[in-house]
Amino acid sequence: METLTQSPRPAQPAPVPREARQYPVGHEPVHNYLREPRPADDVRGLARAWAWIKLWALSVDHKRIGIMYLVAVSFFFSVGGLLALGIRVELFTVGPTIMEPDTYNRVFTMHGLVMVFLFIIPSIPATMGNFLLPIMVGAKDVAFPRLNLLSLYVYAAGACIALYSITTGGIDTGWTFYTPYSKETGTAVIAMALGAFVMGFSSILTGLNFIVTIHKMRAPGMTWNRMPLFLWSIYATSIVQILATPVIGITLVLLVMERVFGIGIFDPALGGDPVLFQHFFWFYSHPAVYIMILPGFGVISELMGTFSRQRVYGYRAVALSSVAIALLGFLVWGHHMFTSGQSPVSSVVFSLITFLIGIPSGIKVFNWIWTMYKGSVWLKTPMLYALTFLFLFTIGGVTGIMIGALAVDIHLHDTYFIVAHFHYVMMGGTVMAFLGGIHFWWPKMTGRLYNETLGKISALLVFLGFNLTFFIQFVMGSQGMPRRYYDYPDMPWLEPLHQLSTVGSFVLGLGLLVVLVNGLLSLKRGKPAPGNPWGGATLEWTHTTSPPDHHNFHHTPLVTHGPYDYEVLFHSSGDSQGGAPIPNVEVGAPQEMGTTIDDGTTGQPDSATDM
Amino acid sequence: MQTAPDSLAGAPTRQSFFTEGGSLWLPPQQSTTAHEIDALFYFILYTSIFLTLLVSAAMIYFVWKYRRRSHADRPRDVIESKWLELSWITIPTLLVLVVFFWGFRAYVGTAIPPSDAITINVKAQKWAWAFEYANGTNVPGEIWVPVNTPVRLEMTSQDVLHSFYVPEFRIKHDVLPNRYTYVWFEAPREGTYQVLCTEYCGTSHSDMGARIHVVSRGEYYEILRNGPPGMGPMAPAALGESVYTRYNCNTCHSIDGSEKVGPTWLNIWGQPRPGSEEGVVDEEYVHQSILYPQAYIVPGYENANMPSYDGQLDETQLAGVAAFIRQLSGAATAADTTLSEGDVADQQDMEAPEGGMGDPGTPVADPVDPQDREIVREGESAPQN
Repeated sequence: METLTQSPRPAQPAPVPREARQYPVGHEPVHNYLREPRPADDVRGLARAWAWIKLWALSVDHKRIGIMYLVAVSFFFSVGGLLALGIRVELFTVGPTIMEPDTYNRVFTMHGLVMVFLFIIPSIPATMGNFLLPIMVGAKDVAFPRLNLLSLYVYAAGACIALYSITTGGIDTGWTFYTPYSKETGTAVIAMALGAFVMGFSSILTGLNFIVTIHKMRAPGMTWNRMPLFLWSIYATSIVQILATPVIGITLVLLVMERVFGIGIFDPALGGDPVLFQHFFWFYSHPAVYIMILPGFGVISELMGTFSRQRVYGYRAVALSSVAIALLGFLVWGHHMFTSGQSPVSSVVFSLITFLIGIPSGIKVFNWIWTMYKGSVWLKTPMLYALTFLFLFTIGGVTGIMIGALAVDIHLHDTYFIVAHFHYVMMGGTVMAFLGGIHFWWPKMTGRLYNETLGKISALLVFLGFNLTFFIQFVMGSQGMPRRYYDYPDMPWLEPLHQLSTVGSFVLGLGLLVVLVNGLLSLKRGKPAPGNPWGGATLEWTHTTSPPDHHNFHHTPLVTHGPYDYEVLFHSSGDSQGGAPIPNVEVGAPQEMGTTIDDGTTGQPDSATDM
Repeated sequence: MQTAPDSLAGAPTRQSFFTEGGSLWLPPQQSTTAHEIDALFYFILYTSIFLTLLVSAAMIYFVWKYRRRSHADRPRDVIESKWLELSWITIPTLLVLVVFFWGFRAYVGTAIPPSDAITINVKAQKWAWAFEYANGTNVPGEIWVPVNTPVRLEMTSQDVLHSFYVPEFRIKHDVLPNRYTYVWFEAPREGTYQVLCTEYCGTSHSDMGARIHVVSRGEYYEILRNGPPGMGPMAPAALGESVYTRYNCNTCHSIDGSEKVGPTWLNIWGQPRPGSEEGVVDEEYVHQSILYPQAYIVPGYENANMPSYDGQLDETQLAGVAAFIRQLSGAATAADTTLSEGDVADQQDMEAPEGGMGDPGTPVADPVDPQDREIVREGESAPQN
C-alpha cells in the first residue's frame, strides 16, 4: 500500500449494491462542493435561488471562489477578445474601416487593459490556483479563507471601477499609461488607474495567501521535493505578486496625483521626468509578465507529466528555474526602454541580464519535451494544448532573443514584431496553458466530461487561427509597421498581410467559441466524470472525487511518493482499501467509467458528516 | 484619411512590399549601419528557425514514437542525464552571449554619431515633424540631406512622447519633451524615405509621418541657399494651403466639411464665432486660434486639445492661413491669390548659409568630401583646412 491514512479508519458503512460502489465508501460525489452546503430542503422557489446565491457569494470555500473567478475571467476574456476582433476589422483595409481614430485608440487600450489586468493576471492563479492549490498540498482550504473571499471582492470592485471608466468615455493611453500623454488626455485615466490600483490588492492578497498555504499547510509527507510543479510555479508567482504589485500601485497613485494636484513628478512642464514613469511602470510590468507566464509553466508541467505518464524530466531544474525566473525577472525591466532615452550603459546591462533570463525558460522547454521520452503519450485535448504551448512558446522565446539584442531591438521596438512576440508568449503561452489546464481539470471542477471531439476541434482551430493571426505580424513588424496604428497610409502594401491576420483572428475566435460551447454543453449533457479520468498522480486526482468534497479530503492524506510517480497508480488500482482514501484509478478505459456512476442527481439525502 | 501631404516633394522610394534590396523580412538597407543590424537579425532568425524546427521535430517524433498503445502502458523510469541537462544549459547560454556581444557592438555603432556629422534639429509635436537647419531654415514635414554624409538629428518634443523611426535606416529613438535625444544616419543612396512615429501620441498617431529626401551634395547646397523646393514665394492663399498640409493641420481639420478631430475650415469665414455671443470669424479669431488654441473653443470640441503653434508660424504664414480660409469660404480677395512684389524680394534676400553645411558645432570645416571625411575619421592625419 503506497498511501496511508493518518486518521483511524472509519467504521464500515452498510453494504451498498455493487453498481453504486464505483467510489470508495465516503467518497460518493453526492457530497461534492457544488451541492454542499446547500439551502435547507424546505426553502423553495425564489427564496431557494437567493439562498443558493448567498451560499456561493459568501462562501469561503476555495473551490467556490475559484469557480467564481473562472466565470469572471472568462467573461473578461470574451470582452477583451471582442475588442481584439474590433481592432483587426478596423485594420482590414487602408483608411477608416469601421471606427474613428479616437474610438480605435480606446478599443486597443481597453483590449490591453482588460486582457492584462482583468484576465491574464488572475487567470491561472485565481481560478486553478484557488481551486487546486489547497487540494494539491493536501489541505482543507487556503490559510486565510476569508482573506481569499476578500480578494475576490476586491478584484470585483476593481473590475467595476475599470468598467465604469468605459461609461465615462473610456481611456486612450494604451495599457502602459505613458506620461505625459496620460496626464494630458481628456479621457477617464483616473478611474482606470484606480481600478488597476484596487485590483493590485487582490493580486497581493492572493499571493500572500498562497505563500502561507504552501509553507504551513502541506500534508504530512508533502516535502518541497514532492510538491507538484504547479505549486512551485504558483509559489514563484506569488513572490513576484507580493514584491512587484505595490510598485505599480504607487506609480498609478502618483499618476492620479499628477492629474489631480499637478505635483510634477512625471510632467516635464512641472520639472518632472516622463522616463521616470516608464522605469516605475516596467519595474512592475516586467515582473508582471512572469506573474502571467509562470503559472502557465506550472500547468504545462502537470499536463506533460500526466499525459506522458512519465516523471517530469529534471524536476528540480524545472522547479528551481521558476524561482530563478521570478528573481531575475526584477532585473530586466530596462529592456522595454532601449529607445526611450535611458542611458546606453543601462541598455547594455539590461540586455545582458535579459539574455540570462532566457536560459531558465529554455531549460523548461527542453525538459518538458524530454518528459515524453520513453513515456506513454496520450493525445487528449489538454495534451494538444500543451504541445501547442511548447511550439508557440518556443517561437515566442526565440523572438525574445531577437528583440533582446540591442541593435536589432532599435529597429523592431514598438513595431508589430513586438506585438507578435508578446502575443506568442502571453496568448501562445499563458492562454494555451490556461485552456489546457481548464480542459484537464474540468472533470475535477465540474464533475463532467466534456466532448473530446469538440475539444480537439477547438485546439486545432485555435492553433491555426493563432498562427495565421500573429505569425504574419512578425513579418509586418520587421518590415516597419508600428504598433498602435489606426491606419497605415504610408505602407499600403501591407494591406494583404493585415487581411490575412484579420481572417486568422476570426478563426481563433471561432476556436475559442467552440471551447465555450463545449464547456457549457458538458454541464448539461456531459458524462459524469470519474475521480481520476486522466490517471494523474497528484492528490487532487488520487484522493478526491470529481467534483471534490466540500472539505476536499475526509482524512488528511499522507504523501509517500513524488507527484509524478505514476507507477504507484498501478499498485493501488483495484486494490480495495475499504475506507482508504484511494479512489479507483481508471488505468483501463477511463471514459467508460462515468456511465455507472451515481453523480448525485437522484437526490440522495445529504450526509451528516459534512458541514 | 489624407495623410502624407501631397504638396511634399516626391513620394517615398518604397512603393511595394518587395522592393529592390528588400526581403521577406526586412526593408531595403539604406543606411551605412543597417547591414550590421541585418546580419545579426538574420543570424538570430536562422538560428531560431533551426532551433524551433529541432524542438518541433523532437516533439513530433516523441509524440509518435511513444504514443499510448494501451491504457495499461507502464513506461519505465528514465534516469536523468547530467550531460544532457548540462548541454541544454551551456549551449543556449553560449549562443545568447554571442548574440549579446554582437548586438552590443552593432549598438555602439548606431549610438555614437561620427564627429563630423551635420546636425539638423527636429521638433515633434502632435502630429507633425518639423526640421530646422543650422542656418535657421525651417522646413515642416520633410528634410533634404546629402548622400554619403553622416547626419545627426537633435530631437525634442513640444508636447508628449513621440518616436522617430525610419525603417530603411534601422534607426529609432524616442523624442521627449524635457530633453534632447538624437539619432544619426548616413545614407549611401539617393531616395525618399518615410519617417514614422512609433510612440503612441494620441488621435492622429498613425498619420504623424514625414519624409527624408537623400539628395546629391549639389542639390543639398542649393536647398540650403535658396530654401526647399515648393517653399519659394507664394500668394497668401497658396502659402496658407501649404501650411495646412505641411504642418499637418489636415490631420484634424477638414476643408470639405467632413468631421475630424477639430472643426472644419469650410465656409467659416465671416460667420459668427461658434460658441461666442459676439464677433465673427476674422483675422484676429484665426490668429488667436492658432497661437492660443484655448482662447476660443468651438462647442463639441472641448477635448480636442489642439497644440499651440506659437513660435512656429510667422506673421506671413498666419496671414496665409487666414487667406486660405477666406478662399475656402469663397471670400478670397485679389490680394489673397496674387504674389506681391515684396514677397519675391523678401525671398531673394534670404540669407545664404554660412559655413557650408551650416553646422556651427562641427569640428571639421566644410565642405568635406567623402574621401576627406574618411581621413578625418581615421585620425590625426586629417587636413585642418
